[in-house]
Amino acid sequence: MSGIPHDHYEPSSNGEKWLHSRLPIVGLMYDTLMIPTPKNLNWMWIWGIVLAFCLALQIITGIVLVMHYTPHVDLAFGSIEHIMRNVNGGAMLRYLHMNGASLFFVAVYAHIFRGLYYGSYKAPREITWIIGMLIYLLMMGTAFMGYVLPWGQMSFWGATVITGLFGAIPFIGESIQTWLLGGPAVDNATLNRFFSLHYLLPFVIAGLVIVHIWAFHTTGNNNPTGVEVRRTSKADAEKDTLPFWPYFVIKDLFALAVILVVFFAVVGFMPNYLGHPDNYIEANPLVTPAHIVPEWYFLPFYAILRAFDGDVWVVIAASFLTGGIVDAKFFGVLAMFGAIVVMALVPWLDTSSVRSGRYRPMFKWWFWLFVVNFFVLMWVGAMPAEGIYPYIALIGSTYWFAYFLVILPLLGVLEKPLPQPDTIEDDFKANYGKSSTKEGAPAATPAE
Amino acid sequence: MLKKLALAATLALAPVSGAFAAGASGEVTNYDFSFEGAFGTFDQAQLQRGLQVYTQVCSACHGMQYVPLRTLSAEDGPGMPEDQVRAYAEQFFEVYDDELEDFRPARPTDHFPANTAAGAPDLSMMAKARAGFHGPYGLGINQFFKGMGGPEYIASLLAGYTGEEKEEAGVILYENKAFPGGWISMGPPLYGDDVEFSDGTEATIEQQSQDVAAFLMWAAEPKLMARKQAGFVGVVFLTILSVLLYLTNKRLWAPVKARAKD
Repeated sequence: MSGIPHDHYEPSSNGEKWLHSRLPIVGLMYDTLMIPTPKNLNWMWIWGIVLAFCLALQIITGIVLVMHYTPHVDLAFGSIEHIMRNVNGGAMLRYLHMNGASLFFVAVYAHIFRGLYYGSYKAPREITWIIGMLIYLLMMGTAFMGYVLPWGQMSFWGATVITGLFGAIPFIGESIQTWLLGGPAVDNATLNRFFSLHYLLPFVIAGLVIVHIWAFHTTGNNNPTGVEVRRTSKADAEKDTLPFWPYFVIKDLFALAVILVVFFAVVGFMPNYLGHPDNYIEANPLVTPAHIVPEWYFLPFYAILRAFDGDVWVVIAASFLTGGIVDAKFFGVLAMFGAIVVMALVPWLDTSSVRSGRYRPMFKWWFWLFVVNFFVLMWVGAMPAEGIYPYIALIGSTYWFAYFLVILPLLGVLEKPLPQPDTIEDDFKANYGKSSTKEGAPAATPAE
Repeated sequence: MLKKLALAATLALAPVSGAFAAGASGEVTNYDFSFEGAFGTFDQAQLQRGLQVYTQVCSACHGMQYVPLRTLSAEDGPGMPEDQVRAYAEQFFEVYDDELEDFRPARPTDHFPANTAAGAPDLSMMAKARAGFHGPYGLGINQFFKGMGGPEYIASLLAGYTGEEKEEAGVILYENKAFPGGWISMGPPLYGDDVEFSDGTEATIEQQSQDVAAFLMWAAEPKLMARKQAGFVGVVFLTILSVLLYLTNKRLWAPVKARAKD
């Protein structure tokens, strides 16, 4: 599958030959597992395994939860309490599923930031990146609909606010919103379709994950230097790489186990820390919560959504130029989805010929500012839209767009990159070869 | 270390939002409950006292429809003997039976009845549906160190009446230090010695408030002890697994890293 020269599976026994000539499934598994992997990968390359684990965890716990859940406005909230009180291990299952969503997003954000720093999105890996962005979008949709299912106050009002965004689309918005909700407001029809889609989408994600893996197994992994594996001969390629099994499987499993220690501590000792107390109150269309706040992983985009109110000059200009068709609400919706679109288009917005941020002295600063900005937006998204907060949100949102639309295109022209190593082997030797201590090299390259 | 970091972060952000700090949150005391912390367990005697307060005071207006009466006999809950639970259910609660088309005395298989008569909220999940601690500045640091503060909020609220009252749009509101906004429509439910505890504990307002708060935490999270135990087992075994995988990984990579020195 991979373009990197390496050994392929050779059926030896008669039985294996019989199977291989009919269905080369063992060969497929062998090639997938033994794929040559750059030997200099650091600890930021472990998130893929964590994500695969999260998807499996969510699907398995989810399937069992569905056996006890009832998607009906009068029964949903009670059926969750039935799971928490009467089902064997039900409380643990539900807390694993709830916090599993958070772990999923922690991992996906780390994975995305790693890709942004090391230029993993650049040619020839654009399709891997685009598929990844699709998975991320589906994850957000799935998580949002899953949050509606317990039918608590935040479920109901979160659904009302978010589906209301579609109502902001000019002319056809209200029809689309009604179509999505299955009625004029969030009600039983909405709950039922969200339940159906919440069950369906994880399997769509699983399918896209296979395509994602297929794509980067075709191009080969990126690595911290951004320098490609030598493909001139098998011997050269073997100097740059190691087979995925066992070297990276064991390394990734170690990282996963460490992360799961933290995860189990959260599930066991503070399972509601990342949730919202209002969701333990049954949904009531007549009582609006004081602050409607989405889950933490949506907060940066929620901040961008709310940043563009009617007083911002671009909103006024957009409204004037379109004769009022693009109002402040619709502008906010466009900004929120646009923030993800510009990120998806980054392979074509970044003009630098150097892949890894390690050799880009100016890029580094802008990148880390982008990361800090992400957390600032997350924080401001949880604050009420009053006082100084809308201004912080506006500055943060502006930087988000400026990073992709102005800074990355310009840096490629203005920046003078540092010298890159010739090969991955050189980089690996520079890390582990010169150490003279008795213990040898440190166990790992530090995550950058 | 973590506390220092939290403090530094708090100080760094302090000038940002003086306006928000003056928000409507009430005063919530950080009581020490026995079930807090990684190894915290429910105090069975306290849960039984809290049940008594709920039954004789709160249940007049508040229902608890998601809590099955039979769970009162749970070992890691109030731990009442089963015949006592049966007698308790029969003595204190009536439920509507669809088959009889009439009310009958409650059985352990029934839930605590719902009670919407006075418009009072259901208390089944109250200890998880309120946060006593917030922020600071939306950062969640207080909740990380003190917990969400549901039971603390309940106990503070019940002991937080100042005795002042006012009438607004025909409704009498009572001043309460713990209630967000300061004025609550629920009259003071506790005056001291509202119940007589069989274990001889003096029934002060503070004692009853904390006992019923602990009981409501159990009602909201009956599997709290099992959950903490599962969490602890998970952490221990995964830590062992991490160490083993670390050693495996180190040994696996040692020859590769040694070769890099040539």
